[in-house]
Amino acid sequence: MDGKEFKVPMNGNGSNGNGVEVSHGLKVLQDRKKTTMAGLTPKELPTWCGGCGDFNILFTIKNTLVELDIDPASTAIFSGIGCGSKTPHFIKTYGFEGLHGRSLPVATGTLLANHHLNVIVVTGDGDGYGIGGNHLIHTMRRNFNMTHIIQNNEVYGLTKGQYSPTSPAGFRSPSTPQGAIDTPVNPISLAITMGATYVARGYAYEVKHLQKLLADGIRHKGYALIDVFQPCSTYNKINTIAWYKEHLYKLEDSGHDPADKMLALSKAMGDGDKLPIGLFYRENRPTYEDSMPQLNGVPLVKKDISDIDITPMLQRFK
Amino acid sequence: MKVVNDFSWKIAGVAGDGILNAGLMLARCCMRGGLNVFASAEYPSLIRGGHNHLDVRVSEKPTYSHTKHLSLLVALNMDSVRKHAKKLLPGGGIIYDGDQLKLMEQDVGRSDIKLYPVPLLALAEQAGGKIMRNVVAMGATIGLTGFDIELFNEILRFNFGGKKGEAVVQANILAARFGCDYIREHYCRSGDDKPGGYKSVDNIDGRYSIDGGHPGDGFGFRLERREGNGHIFLSGNEAIVAGAIKAGCKFFAAYPMTPASSILHGMAANEKAFDMVVKHTEDEIAAINMAIGASFAGVRAMTATSGGGFALMAEGFGLAAQTETPIVVVEAQRPGPATGMATHSGQGDLRFVLHASTDEFPRIVIAPGDVTDCFFKTVHAFNLAEKYQLPVVVMTDKYLGESYASVEEFGHRGLKMERGKFIPDGELANNGHEYRRYKITEDGVSPRAVPGQKGGMHTASSYEHDEEGFEREEEETRIAMHHKRFRKLETASKEIPEPEIYGPAKADVTILSWGSPKGPIKEAMKLLQKDGIAANYLQIMYLSPFPAKKVAETIKKAKRCVIVESNMTSMLNSLVREHCLLDVRDKVLRYDGRPFNPEDIYQSIKAMVAG
Repeated sequence: MDGKEFKVPMNGNGSNGNGVEVSHGLKVLQDRKKTTMAGLTPKELPTWCGGCGDFNILFTIKNTLVELDIDPASTAIFSGIGCGSKTPHFIKTYGFEGLHGRSLPVATGTLLANHHLNVIVVTGDGDGYGIGGNHLIHTMRRNFNMTHIIQNNEVYGLTKGQYSPTSPAGFRSPSTPQGAIDTPVNPISLAITMGATYVARGYAYEVKHLQKLLADGIRHKGYALIDVFQPCSTYNKINTIAWYKEHLYKLEDSGHDPADKMLALSKAMGDGDKLPIGLFYRENRPTYEDSMPQLNGVPLVKKDISDIDITPMLQRFK
Repeated sequence: MKVVNDFSWKIAGVAGDGILNAGLMLARCCMRGGLNVFASAEYPSLIRGGHNHLDVRVSEKPTYSHTKHLSLLVALNMDSVRKHAKKLLPGGGIIYDGDQLKLMEQDVGRSDIKLYPVPLLALAEQAGGKIMRNVVAMGATIGLTGFDIELFNEILRFNFGGKKGEAVVQANILAARFGCDYIREHYCRSGDDKPGGYKSVDNIDGRYSIDGGHPGDGFGFRLERREGNGHIFLSGNEAIVAGAIKAGCKFFAAYPMTPASSILHGMAANEKAFDMVVKHTEDEIAAINMAIGASFAGVRAMTATSGGGFALMAEGFGLAAQTETPIVVVEAQRPGPATGMATHSGQGDLRFVLHASTDEFPRIVIAPGDVTDCFFKTVHAFNLAEKYQLPVVVMTDKYLGESYASVEEFGHRGLKMERGKFIPDGELANNGHEYRRYKITEDGVSPRAVPGQKGGMHTASSYEHDEEGFEREEEETRIAMHHKRFRKLETASKEIPEPEIYGPAKADVTILSWGSPKGPIKEAMKLLQKDGIAANYLQIMYLSPFPAKKVAETIKKAKRCVIVESNMTSMLNSLVREHCLLDVRDKVLRYDGRPFNPEDIYQSIKAMVAG
């Protein structure tokens, strides 16, 4: 049930007929070379600070695409604005680096226009939980088949160190010199209650663990939120690598059952000063696009629009 | 003799009276009877109460707008009498519920009109329910004008049949019959059926002399059936929906906002039949970004809103320009600022739309003037958006979007869908070159690949970027890209049609306008002509790129120019000054939230010419 249909690129000599079933309903193109690290790497290089968690997240996304052998040409990665939102430029797939906070609606439009694509969204915590908060809650309840990775360093990097929606109360920054008063956003409990069907948290310095979460998230049919803790080596002097080492533990080591929603919520609410990473919650619910009869067949982008007959519609105006 | 087939009707009451539906049925009935019709409504921003009224204009001649003057008023309350009785033409009348309102001649203050009390509510109850009060009034209208009640029954079947069932249809037919019979029995007895108390009626489509009348006699207007003309009857918004569907719009996202909401409803009602996805989004920001995402993936995409929603879309509008993603945005104007007058009309967003979003970038702005324009210009908007990979705005307003007109059925078969520089699948995969999404070209337009196509991989970026789409801040790249984007508009301007002139080549007065005043202007031209004033009218349909050459030529050639538009500062004149270095001094401007009517335009221009 959790197998995601791997999407056939539209070009394979002009038809979708080249796909062969492999397993779990996975489809790959016969005439396509295997996806490799080299193939996913464009000439553009990241310009992040040394020690930034974005490097590891980028590396892990690419590794996951290789592991799952996902066709780059039928994959689109969406981001907003922020340090980590430059990620699409560093992966050779289709990409869209849109406006601050608006990546989810752009991704939604693309997915509905071509539901045979693999859609991945990469945003920061300010982008995803702050300015894009409205889109986030509504995208979660719609359950599109997309994977949303949130690079959560609990601070604004690109705009130079202001507090973020996930910064802890009391966080001092240029915009909160007396310390943040707001209660931070809890993305995990928010996602569980708003209808996300795959809710996980990883850590940028636990790459194997993160890769498993990403791979399962991409395979999951529905909206997958993967919040990824990461240090900001320049602006976050609290949540450092040492701090994370002291505070994180793995859910799977604690006998957690991701099918248990209330348990997942209680884990999301925290465990003293310990923070769990891993898969909090997963459920199977029909996706938005599967619930639309218009999308039962070929994607919208494949429909012939050369001379649509609107006569029956005009008859109603007689 | 009566005035035949030159008729203006108004029904007025409170919101919830079912005024719109009733009026549209009467209009459709007249259209099916071979006449030309136009219907527009005015209503407040609430669900129950307030003052609502709907005008139906019927004429043997092509008709383009409502009129100020009325032939017949159906008044559902006293407020309606007070507000509208003075607009009645001599020989006109008021149908009202005599059980509810006790009207005397002195209440309306004139002796050249007739009062027709009809027990609307009682007859409706007799037919099966109070709710059919309107239908009784429709029947009374049909009876009084001598029109065809059988034809009206057909409309009732069309309207209520199928979804509501035969019992509802029969009850409505009965209600209409009661209204029709009551009027004929009480007010159209032989001998009474002669208009009187006045010598002539001066209406838009004619000047009628009336002989042999004496005060107190019958109703002065008559409707007669003509050969069916095969017209269709729809609103500007419905024509936009039809245009979008014809153009192959496969994705539509919007947030409800008057007066654009009926576009959302129309698209949603057709989404299954025409394989589209229609999304009511969380806000307008999502709507425009979703449309951009869908277009990025290769489908034709649109959103529709009013000024307030477009304000939220402004950043996304720039994103479409920067990523060179084609989108169509309908901006249905209403008076502002902020919430303004939600259910009224205006043309105050012109400058806003021309400049919305940061910095400068090319956009195409089209302002259809009537229902037929709405259809064809929406199709053109999609073609232009894809050919030039930029945002296109279709600007309307409440009056255009929500008014209905009978028009010739759109000749839609074989309309060309121009997809621009889409790269066919095979070509990308085989050429072996690195694909450049933003390749610098002479015409400014770059070859376009969409996700799923092998060999076309690129990242579209809201940052300034190089030919491959990578973020770049170097001066040369910036200049090259800025120029490339603007070259698209230069290329586009070569194919954008020049403004059209209506009326005689030589005229005493030349009217310049854009958008919805088109209808009232064309009607005002009829009135001016009757007075021997030759008027012509330049309809500026494409506002960006601005057709400076044609506008300047027209102004220079004209004996006298006047601008007609619905804003206070005459934004059109500001464009004329900017692009043509000319100034049009005479203006007819209206900004009270109401549409122009032909009579007011006529009076203003007549006074100008006389002065």
